[in-house]
Amino acid sequence: MDLVESYREDLRFARKPLTWLLLGALLAALLALPGYADSSWLVRASVICLYAIGIMGQNILIGYTGQISFGQAGFLAIGAYSFAHLKTLGVPFLLALGAAGLAAGLAGVLVGFPSLRLKGPYLAIATLGFGVAVYQIFANWELLSGGRSGLPVPKLQPAFGLSREVYVYYIYLGLLVVSTVVTYNLISSYVGRAFVAIRDSDIAAEVMGVNLTRYKLLAFAISSFYTGVHGGLFAQFLGHLEPQTFNIAESLTLFVAVIVGGLASVEGSILGAVFVILVPTFFSASRWLVPVLYGLTILVILVFQPLGLAGLWIKTRLYFQLWPFR
Amino acid sequence: MARFLQYALTGLSAGSLYALVALGIVLIYRSTRVLNFAHGDVATLGTFVAFALVSQGYSFSVAFAVAVLVGAALSVAFYFGVLIPAQRQGANLLGQVILTLGLALVFQGLIVYQWGAEPDRLPFPLSDSKTWKLGPVFISELSLGTLAAGLVGSVLLYLLVQKTRLGLAMRATSENLQAAQTLGIPTRMVLSVSWAIASVLGVVAGVFLAAALFLDPFFMLDPFLKGFAAAVLGGLNSLPGAIVGGLILGVAESLTGGFLTIHFKNTLAFVIIIVVLLVRPEGLLGHEFKERV
Repeated sequence: MDLVESYREDLRFARKPLTWLLLGALLAALLALPGYADSSWLVRASVICLYAIGIMGQNILIGYTGQISFGQAGFLAIGAYSFAHLKTLGVPFLLALGAAGLAAGLAGVLVGFPSLRLKGPYLAIATLGFGVAVYQIFANWELLSGGRSGLPVPKLQPAFGLSREVYVYYIYLGLLVVSTVVTYNLISSYVGRAFVAIRDSDIAAEVMGVNLTRYKLLAFAISSFYTGVHGGLFAQFLGHLEPQTFNIAESLTLFVAVIVGGLASVEGSILGAVFVILVPTFFSASRWLVPVLYGLTILVILVFQPLGLAGLWIKTRLYFQLWPFR
Repeated sequence: MARFLQYALTGLSAGSLYALVALGIVLIYRSTRVLNFAHGDVATLGTFVAFALVSQGYSFSVAFAVAVLVGAALSVAFYFGVLIPAQRQGANLLGQVILTLGLALVFQGLIVYQWGAEPDRLPFPLSDSKTWKLGPVFISELSLGTLAAGLVGSVLLYLLVQKTRLGLAMRATSENLQAAQTLGIPTRMVLSVSWAIASVLGVVAGVFLAAALFLDPFFMLDPFLKGFAAAVLGGLNSLPGAIVGGLILGVAESLTGGFLTIHFKNTLAFVIIIVVLLVRPEGLLGHEFKERV
C-alpha cells in the first residue's frame, strides 16, 4: 500500500527503490542516446531539452501559481538577445546563460507588477500585449536585433573530444536535469506551496499569511528566468537570431505545451516539450496540420483529460498498481 | 490642421472596425466571462468563405450573407459542441478560454490548408481609390463604407440589446445566470445567440478589413489584438465602452503614425493595454467584478 506516514516522506523525490531504479535507467538511456541515435534525433533531443526548461518555467507560472501568461515569447526574446549580445562580447557560455535568465527575470518582475492588480483574462491580455510589444520593439529597433540580416551567435566550441552535436546534447540534457531537480524542490518547498495557495484562491492565501506581492512577483521572476535560459539556449542552438522567431505563435506553442503536458506537473512539462517538438517534425510535409493537431489535442485534453499527458500517465500507473481491481 | 483632421478621419474609419471586433469580444465576455481567442479566426474563415464564393462567380451580397451565416453557425456549433460538454465536465474559466484558443488553432490550420498562405485580393464593391473631398479632408469610398458599417453594426446591436425581448434576456443572462435560469429564460439559447451575433460582427469587420488589406490566413491577427486592446480600453464588460475604445484606439494610432513614428504605430495598442490595465483595470466605461472567497 502506498502510505505516507510523515511530511518528510511526502517530500521525498522518489519514494520507492523501484522508482529510483526506473529513473536511473531513464537517465542512462538518455546518456547513451548518442550511441544509438543518429544526429537528427540527437538535435531533436537537444531542442526538446531546451524547450522543456522553458515550459517548466511557464508551468510554474500557469500551472502552479495560476497566473496566465501569453507573452512568453517576449521573455524568450529578451533572454535570447541578451545571450547573443553577451556571447558576441566574449562572455563565457554559462555566465551569458545566467545573465540571459536574469535579464528575462527582471522583465518578469516588471510584467509581474500588473499581475498584482489583474486577474484571469485581464492578466492574459496584459501579458499578450507585453509579448507583442517586445516582438515589435525587437523587429523595429535594428541596434538590438542586428537589423535585416539578423544577429549571429558565436558557436559553442566542443570539448572533451566530442562532436559538436553530442557536446551540445550533453550540456542541454545536464541543464534539463538540473532544472528538473530544482523545480521539484522548489514546488515542494514553502515557496511552491505558497504558489499553489495563490492559484487556488489568492484572497484565502493572503488571509493565511502568504505575502501576495512577494510571491506573485517571485513566480513571475522564476518563471521568466527559466524562459530566459530557454531563450539563451535557443539562441545558441539556432546560431542566428531574427525577431520573427519570437512572434505570438511561439508564445502559443509554449502555452499549448503546458496544457498538453499537464498543468502543475514537472514531468508533464517535459512531455509537453516532446509533443510540441515531435508533432511538427512528423508532419513537416503538411504544415497546416500542425495547428489543427495542437488545437484538437487541446480540445480533447480539456474535455476528457484535464491533467494532460501527465494525468494520462498517472492513470496508467494507477491502473497497473491496482490491477486486477479497478 | 487639415493634416490632423485627415489623420483623425482615417483613424475613425479604422477605429470603427476595431470597435466591431471589440463589440464581439465584449458581447461574449460579459455574458460568459470567456475571452474568445477564436474571434479573429472565425472572422478570417468567414471572410475566406466570402472570397471563395465571389471567385466562383456569386454576387458580392450573396457571398457576404453566406459568410456571415457561416461565421455564426461555426460559433454556435462550437458553443454547443465543445463549450457545453466541457462545462459539463467541470471546465473552469481558464479551461474555456483555452478551448477557444484550441479552436483558433484548428481554424488557422484549416484555412491554410484550404486557401494556402499566399495573400489574395478580395473583390469588393467599394473602391479604395475613389475619393471625395469633405471640406479640408479627403475620404475614400471604402473608408466611408467602413465608417457606415461600424455605425450601422453598433446601432443595430444597441437596438437589439436595449429594445427587444431577446436583448432583455441577454442582459439578464449576463447579469446573473442562475437568476435568469430561475426566471425561465432559456439561457443556453440566449448565450448561443450571443456567440452567433459576436461572430457576425467579427465577419463583417473581417470582410471590410480584407478590402483594405490583403487577404491571407493571418490578416485578422493584428486587428483582432487591437480589438482586444479597444475592449480593454473601454472596459471588457461594457458594450458602449467597446465602441469608444475602438474609436479612441483607431484615432490615437493614426495620429501616432502620422505625427510621431510609423515604426511604433502598431506597438501603441499594446502600450495602451498595459497602461490602462495598470491605472484603471476596469476600463473607461466598465465596472469591476467583486469577488468573494
